[in-house]
Amino acid sequence: MAKQMPPEYYQCLEEIQALDFVLVELNLYLDTHNHDFDAIQQFNETAKLSMQLKVEFEKKFHPLMNFGRSYSNYPWNIDDSPWPWQV
Amino acid sequence: MFTQFKYWKPFVGPFDPCKPIRVKSYSTPPQLYMNFQPPGLPQFTPQEALMAGTLWPQLYSPYPDPQKGGNPHG
Amino acid sequence: MFYYEKKLQYPVRVSTCNPMLAKFLIEQYGGADGELAAALRYMNQRYTIPDKVIGLLNDIAMEEFSHLEMIATMIYKLTKDATPEQMVAAGIGDHYVNHDKALFYHNAAGVPWTASYIQAKGDPIADLYEDIAAEEKARATYQWLIDISDDPDINDGLRFLREREVVHSMRFREAVEILKDEQNQKKFF
Repeated sequence: MAKQMPPEYYQCLEEIQALDFVLVELNLYLDTHNHDFDAIQQFNETAKLSMQLKVEFEKKFHPLMNFGRSYSNYPWNIDDSPWPWQV
Repeated sequence: MFTQFKYWKPFVGPFDPCKPIRVKSYSTPPQLYMNFQPPGLPQFTPQEALMAGTLWPQLYSPYPDPQKGGNPHG
Repeated sequence: MFYYEKKLQYPVRVSTCNPMLAKFLIEQYGGADGELAAALRYMNQRYTIPDKVIGLLNDIAMEEFSHLEMIATMIYKLTKDATPEQMVAAGIGDHYVNHDKALFYHNAAGVPWTASYIQAKGDPIADLYEDIAAEEKARATYQWLIDISDDPDINDGLRFLREREVVHSMRFREAVEILKDEQNQKKFF
């Protein structure tokens, strides 16, 4: 059985989900508004914040992405934490 | 301004077997009225946006109708 | 290529062990207006749609896969620890004898997913109008699911998914405006 996640995990995850949701919304908006300078600036700033949160998250809990977009510890820890539909 | 729900009264016949629902409703969410989203609309905070399902209050569509106490059938 | 990110788009919670709800929710997993149909429809239309709106179809297709994962999570959690007796009592004994607890791409009535649920006409206006209709139909399905579900946590997730249909419909409507535009002058109302 994969390890249990502490309450802090859910809190950190939700902070990331909130920022990444803003990114999804701005991204779809910019797909039809490609000259909105302010929205592009907000997109880039939010992307930076999201990346910072993910660096912290990965240090505390587990790698988020496969195929080399995240680093692994030893032993290989990309699949030793519960999956999103399990937590 | 527009409303997000419309209400109508269907015909009630004397031989309808079920207890009539006198007022029926349907949803008319904001995208039907916006045509092309203007730039610079007010935004929710990231946490509020995640809970609402959109970044922009003007695109937020509650369901069921909060004016009707959340009862979808009025 | 595609990368997987080990998180859901939205925090999905389920309050009660209620396999009956899973029977209904599977409509949005493998049904005509479900998330699989949406993801595959846009993913396939993107190859031949005019360049101006490829990005939009590509990005909405990606998001639909995240929604498919959310619906799957709800179904998985609702049935995970249900006994065979509970599965039968919930009206999904027929699913159980064929699939055990495995998810499968079929609708609430057990009809398997088929490519004839989606279309790619090659005509950008026809395709985008289909996409708008698909978003409105999915929104309606979420409404009827919310109406019959009494699980407050499931309804929270369903309201999020319904709102995403509203936003996607908005973007596809804008895509039509972009493609029909005469002087590169978008009209804001």
